[in-house]
Amino acid sequence: MNPTNYSERKVEIDGWQVNLTTYQLGDKWHSKADNVSPGAALARTVADSREEAEAQALERARALLSRTKRNPV
Amino acid sequence: MANYAHPEVLVNTDWVASHANDPNVRVVEVDVDTKAYDEGHAPGAIAWPWNTHLCDTVVRDILAKSDFENLMTQSGINNDTTVVLFGDNNNWFAAWALWQMKIYGHKDVRIMDGGRKKWLAEGRPLDTKPTTATPSARKYQASAPDYSIRALLPQVQQAQKSASAVMIDVRSPQEFTGEILAPPGLPETCQRGGHIPGARSVPWGKACNDDGTFKSLDDLQKLYGAEGVKANSQVIAYCRIGERSSHTWFVLKYLLGLNNVTNYDGSWTEWGNLVGAPVERGAAKSAGQS
Repeated sequence: MNPTNYSERKVEIDGWQVNLTTYQLGDKWHSKADNVSPGAALARTVADSREEAEAQALERARALLSRTKRNPV
Repeated sequence: MANYAHPEVLVNTDWVASHANDPNVRVVEVDVDTKAYDEGHAPGAIAWPWNTHLCDTVVRDILAKSDFENLMTQSGINNDTTVVLFGDNNNWFAAWALWQMKIYGHKDVRIMDGGRKKWLAEGRPLDTKPTTATPSARKYQASAPDYSIRALLPQVQQAQKSASAVMIDVRSPQEFTGEILAPPGLPETCQRGGHIPGARSVPWGKACNDDGTFKSLDDLQKLYGAEGVKANSQVIAYCRIGERSSHTWFVLKYLLGLNNVTNYDGSWTEWGNLVGAPVERGAAKSAGQS
């Protein structure tokens, strides 16, 4: 199988830059949210549509980011 | 790739696609997210999960020589096999694997420029069934470890005190300043935030283009040159656990050709937990400022 409809876009969640990568493999859509600068993968999802996969990835990313403590510098 | 100091350590996606069935080539995917491989991988590629296959799982350390030899043998890798490594996050842990393979003296190990990201973006084929390696008939023979490319704590402490090396902190600016202790979503495994006093902040991703490939030699020279890195500099790269810094180590050693560059794999999860270790907080100063 070949991945198709590959896309990347940047979104901001609560002040964090998040990179959202999505592609289709067969009849499933795969989405991954990672934090752009540190680069850690926040969420990876599989769903029947692009919208669903991305929404789930962003939801999980938001939950993780909201728990990250930011210290005053 | 031709302008790099050691262009032979890089291959592109075309090269990997055309060597999928080459018996002298072993392609290995090494991801940060160890589930990525299961989602689909380059045909013929095997996977090395970094957290089980590329470290001692009891003592915090790289693989012991005998464990490294077993991994190579079980992966069907002989001493003269061409090994191509790639992975997600623009090859973070692929670089970590290459660094260990160089410590144990493997001659021909390369990185697929652009990593998993480029393979996907180009719509190249993916297998969803894991590749099973046939173990080598002969046991792999590793060299004695070459620690000239590894910095351990005493060396880093000495270098920090004497300012004898350019210390490159490759983490994000927020980790460097101490605003956060770890990338969002990862365990905060240090007690203090900030950076090693005197370190320069050059986030690893600055060495990459948007498509995941490495920047040109000219761009890399400007990037690190602006932070005081010269051809004859002694450089120590560090991050949080040593994988992002192995990416920068790779860039400095093989793309720019520096002879004296080490990866401090203890990194911030060691330094940031040490009682009494000096820590600096706040934004990076420009090169030349003390």
